Amino acid sequence: MTATQARPVPPAPTPAARAGLARAVPVMLVILAAACVASVLIGSTTVSWGALLDADSPGHAVAVARWGRTVAAVVVGGALGLAGACLQGLTRNPLADPGLLGINAGAAFAMIVAIAFLGVSELSAFVWFALAGAAITGLLVQLIASRVRGGATPLTLVITGAAVTAALTSWVSAILLIDRQTLEAFRFWSVGTVGGRSVDEVLTVLPILVVGACLAFLSARVLDSLALGDDLSRGLGRHPGRDRAVVWAAVVLLSGGATALAGPIVFVGLVIPHLARTIVGPSYTKVLPLSVGYGAVLTVVSDTIGRVLVPPTEVQVGVMTAVVGAPIFVLLARRSRIGGL
Amino acid sequence: MTLTEPPATPVVDPVAVEQVRTARRGTFRRRRHVVVGLSLAVFAAFTARVLLGDFTITVPDFFTIVGGGTIPNVPSASFILMEVKLPRAVLAVLCGAAFGVGGAIFQAVLRNPLASPDIVGVSIGASAAAVFAIITLGLAGPVISVWAVCGALVTALAIRIAARGSGPVRGHASSTSSYRLVLFGVVAAAALQSCIQYLFTRADLYDAQLTLRWLTGSVSSADWQTIRILTVLLLATLPFVGWAARTLPIVELGSDAASGLGEQLVKADLMLLLGVVLVAVAVAASGPIAFVAFLSGPVARALNHDRTTIAGSALVGALAVVAGDYVGDYWVPGGNYPVGVVTGAVGAPFLLWLLVRGRSSKEAG
Repeated sequence: MTATQARPVPPAPTPAARAGLARAVPVMLVILAAACVASVLIGSTTVSWGALLDADSPGHAVAVARWGRTVAAVVVGGALGLAGACLQGLTRNPLADPGLLGINAGAAFAMIVAIAFLGVSELSAFVWFALAGAAITGLLVQLIASRVRGGATPLTLVITGAAVTAALTSWVSAILLIDRQTLEAFRFWSVGTVGGRSVDEVLTVLPILVVGACLAFLSARVLDSLALGDDLSRGLGRHPGRDRAVVWAAVVLLSGGATALAGPIVFVGLVIPHLARTIVGPSYTKVLPLSVGYGAVLTVVSDTIGRVLVPPTEVQVGVMTAVVGAPIFVLLARRSRIGGL
Repeated sequence: MTLTEPPATPVVDPVAVEQVRTARRGTFRRRRHVVVGLSLAVFAAFTARVLLGDFTITVPDFFTIVGGGTIPNVPSASFILMEVKLPRAVLAVLCGAAFGVGGAIFQAVLRNPLASPDIVGVSIGASAAAVFAIITLGLAGPVISVWAVCGALVTALAIRIAARGSGPVRGHASSTSSYRLVLFGVVAAAALQSCIQYLFTRADLYDAQLTLRWLTGSVSSADWQTIRILTVLLLATLPFVGWAARTLPIVELGSDAASGLGEQLVKADLMLLLGVVLVAVAVAASGPIAFVAFLSGPVARALNHDRTTIAGSALVGALAVVAGDYVGDYWVPGGNYPVGVVTGAVGAPFLLWLLVRGRSSKEAG
């Protein structure tokens, strides 16, 4: 099971959670493995099974090249799925998604500033800018949305996120106009893609994502108690303020790191937690592991389909998830229990 | 709008009549002041855009060149004025007015300032269709406008259908469907935006100016043919805009009150159609200039004592685009930004401010 190497191992689930997960996790791992194999084999040229093992065949080099982007897709998708699940629990908002709330756009903006003005060119350096941008934007959106009359409802959060994204997009355009070189680098990255990523680049960002994932999994019980509301949560002996800060840190690390690696990708974090809930129910101890796995599956599959959809070019992951995700968003939002989680 | 003399019966209290008359006259006077003041501002901005900047043209020279003459020592002046500055300014005024009117109609009919065509994805739908026609189908010329209008219509219809009739949204009982419309529109805009970006990564010829024009809006590539097409189309919609301006005060009371006052509900849909066409035609000429449709209505309302004014919105839109183009071209260091970047950078904070002020939930007619 090499495909899941990059994935942080979830801590041992509690006995109550084990019942549902015992069946769901193996199924998920099989699907993920199949998706990864398909991703390596399928593309503009199809690699045969034999070439995969034969180091001398020309197909082998292609497979190796695809391996990098497959690993990147697994890591990015897992991180975004997990970040989305945490964010939905944190804001008690079924429409929360690091992309829709502008967190990915904030990370992207900070990276562009770093590349254009500070001359930063290494992924290991500008990933920190991405994290800072994600943190600031996330707090800003939450702050503004909570000031809106009627409180931070699902609708106001999404609209605030869209407004912040629009403002940041304008400023990004302004910066890119000055600097053609940044523009050329940014042109493909801004769509959200894992094409051309190497395993080395993944390894640069991986520690940050692992820390974020650990925080997220440690917070699984916290998310369950936050779902009860602040008062009940306090009655259960928790500190909602401190708990929130930990989960926010997890979201920022996960979505900032993923954005640094692959550009802003929307809708993975929105759709996947809902899928996980339909499989194992609302408990976050079960939802979080499945969100990682299926987030990875969705991203790998989107990337693979995008490669063969419109030959000879490829449709980037960000475009695929946006086009597939928008109708799913509408379906989710039309369900009457949109009021809160 | 004429004031009829009150019937001279002793039952009517002359003091009360005088009060009502003063109150109504105040509204009309206010609107006249707003329209005249805004017209002057647009004229001033237009003049500055045409005459000032990095190449100054004096007023006599301007009339000489427009009259067909040339300036003896500076032969390039004719070209700069007639092919660069003047078309840019004219296109900015036309597009700004179209965006302003389209936005104001949307906001008034849907009774929500957030429900403007650029927020709910209508503009970006027009833009996506135009980009598809240009890059994938290799089209050019007036047919692009047709594609833009079709794209805007399809987007608007899809969002309208998706937002119609499902469970209530908690916390927004009063304006449920318009709020869901905004929500779906925002998401549709995000998806369409990434479609445009994808089309651009597919294009062989990559031109930053072109991308930004279709993503954020710009008038920098104005030419007289575009202006001619746009003028003809806008003139054709003018009678409908006049009709809308007269009927809007009743329609924006909401469907219940409007049908109580004898207006058919289909009028609201016709007005939205008019708004879609206006915005789409402008997008075909200049791209989706960010936030102009969204900003014009509320700004004109605020100037006009919280009453919707179509003429005022048109003027605010024109002013925003002309001034934004001037600022982007000459004031920002590094120079030559498309107008959409300027209006986007200014407009988004305004949107957030509007949200925080809580207008979004109570705003009605």
